[in-house]
Amino acid sequence: MNDRILLATFAHEDDLLAATAAVRAAGHPIVDVFTPYAVHGLDRAMGLRPSRLTWVCFVCGMVGAVGMLVFQHWTAAISWPLNVGGKPWNSLPAHVPVAFEAAVLLAGFGSVFALLWVSRLFPGRQARLVAPRVTDDRFVLAVDASGPGIDRATLERVVGQFDSLAIEEQTPRTGGKASC
Amino acid sequence: MADPNSSPRPPLVTGDKTIADVTRDICAPLERGPTGLWWGALAVSCSALLLGVVAVGYQIAVGVGTWGLNKTVGWAFDITNFVFWVGIGHAGTLISAVLFLFRQKWRTAVNRSAEAMTLFAVVCAGIFPLIHMGRPWLAFWTLPYPNTRGSLWVNFKSPLLWDVFAISTYLLISAVFWYVGLIPDLATIRDRSGPGWRRRICSVLSLGWNGSARTWHRYETVYMLLAGLATPLVFSVHTIVSMDFATSVIPGWHTTIFPPYFVAGAIFSGLAMVLTLMIVARKVMRLEDYITHSHVDQMCKLMLSMGCIVGLAYGTEFFTAFYSGNGYEQFVFKNRALGPFCWAYWTMVTCNVVIPQLLWFRSVRASLPCVFALAIVVNIGMWFERFVIIVTSLHRDFLPSSWADYAPTSIEIATLLGSFGLFFSCFLIFCRFAPVIAMAEIKGAAHLGKPAAGRREAHRQEHAA
Repeated sequence: MNDRILLATFAHEDDLLAATAAVRAAGHPIVDVFTPYAVHGLDRAMGLRPSRLTWVCFVCGMVGAVGMLVFQHWTAAISWPLNVGGKPWNSLPAHVPVAFEAAVLLAGFGSVFALLWVSRLFPGRQARLVAPRVTDDRFVLAVDASGPGIDRATLERVVGQFDSLAIEEQTPRTGGKASC
Repeated sequence: MADPNSSPRPPLVTGDKTIADVTRDICAPLERGPTGLWWGALAVSCSALLLGVVAVGYQIAVGVGTWGLNKTVGWAFDITNFVFWVGIGHAGTLISAVLFLFRQKWRTAVNRSAEAMTLFAVVCAGIFPLIHMGRPWLAFWTLPYPNTRGSLWVNFKSPLLWDVFAISTYLLISAVFWYVGLIPDLATIRDRSGPGWRRRICSVLSLGWNGSARTWHRYETVYMLLAGLATPLVFSVHTIVSMDFATSVIPGWHTTIFPPYFVAGAIFSGLAMVLTLMIVARKVMRLEDYITHSHVDQMCKLMLSMGCIVGLAYGTEFFTAFYSGNGYEQFVFKNRALGPFCWAYWTMVTCNVVIPQLLWFRSVRASLPCVFALAIVVNIGMWFERFVIIVTSLHRDFLPSSWADYAPTSIEIATLLGSFGLFFSCFLIFCRFAPVIAMAEIKGAAHLGKPAAGRREAHRQEHAA
């Protein structure tokens, strides 16, 4: 459990990017970074791996397509074969459109629900904001300062050259000032 | 990376904005009270909606016999409206998904409202097949569920059933795409609002979003996946709509050009609707710095190119008919251009092919009243295109003894007006309660977080002072 977290606030994304890269290069653990929009290159600066949600999408899509093809085959050729204009019972080309739609539907919903699940986003969850303006125009870098070798002065030395607006300390348990 | 300010492209956002300005400007229309103009527009569209509700109620109570259909013309006004509204929706997906994949940053000014437009247009479209069923309370019969009649399954070989799946998937995926895009912006509104209903609603809907970069990283992945899924989806939807016609054996419908022809037409009409809405919205909501002349210019160019594809398709249809050597096919096209519905055909050609050529001129694209008028003309033309395809192909088919005429009844016209009422009511309510521009996207796309050196120095001094 992180006892102490240091928060460095920035006004510009390039400052934040440079500071994040510097903190990571100095070997200090980054808890998270909070930004008002998706900052490009931040995943590389933080060392995040590519998301595995693409696999969720792929698997859901395949389940949708194969499941719907099997279901159509079963209804049209096995459960109750119907002669439609003399076409073969299992006319595969005619079954492609619905299978495609099922694939898209499952892949889309699957990846969105997986995103909400892994990010712990759900209706009724109270947002805990590290700073009130983080969804407006402020960028905040949160560094874990519970271990040895890092304190406020160290962090100030590392990020000071990148125009940080403020460096403050917040303990997660008591620092719920901005949560709503 | 190149300095964004040295790029030859016009800036995405004018007026020298900071990130905080974007939040303030886009939230401002939501935070001030509704204007008289908004109330007036809502009153008009709700009246039209009410008229539509009455008309639909009447035709469900009495039956589809209240329409002007007959044994020969079995599809006319309502299927025209269905294809028209589905088509309107497609430009929204083009802007939000296809242009996203092509990294067209100017889309951020219009994508939110275009996606909302898609959603409302598809809802309007869905009403028409539903009421055409005659007994809409049995609409669930179109779904394959285990039942006590066998089970008797739906016919998966029928394009009409493909349509059920395509339209419902399209509606659901568009809604999800729109909502996922809204989550960060709802969080912004939540954090700006004082205690009250707006904050409570946004708090629930923003799902506890806190701007974490780890979440942003996954969010971007999923947004890209949704764009990648929505792109083939939008093409499949109108392809399947066109197959409702193309897989039949009616001359004028039974042709392989239909899928691309319908998709191009759909995007053409949708762009016209986006322009219609945007030109009004930027003025009324004071968003001139965000939806700039350069955005209108880009959309005009897209609309012009789509219009040219549609014009090419009209020509190709005629060529194919006469090259086919099929007398029935040739007759249908002669009848379209010279028969009793030639007024509809020439309205279509004038509105969709001739008048949009004015968009080649920069001065026309730069004049908002001209663009607005042109967009209305294209909307009318594209409605007539569907009417021409459906009615002229049906009313004089193989046997002259079964030829018939068609004229819509007041009930059908009232239903069309009602669908416009529904569309505009939904859109007006959306403009009041949701940010019409994707704040989180435009902040990143317009490079507002990395100001130019000069401005940045000024900012630093201001901060020091």
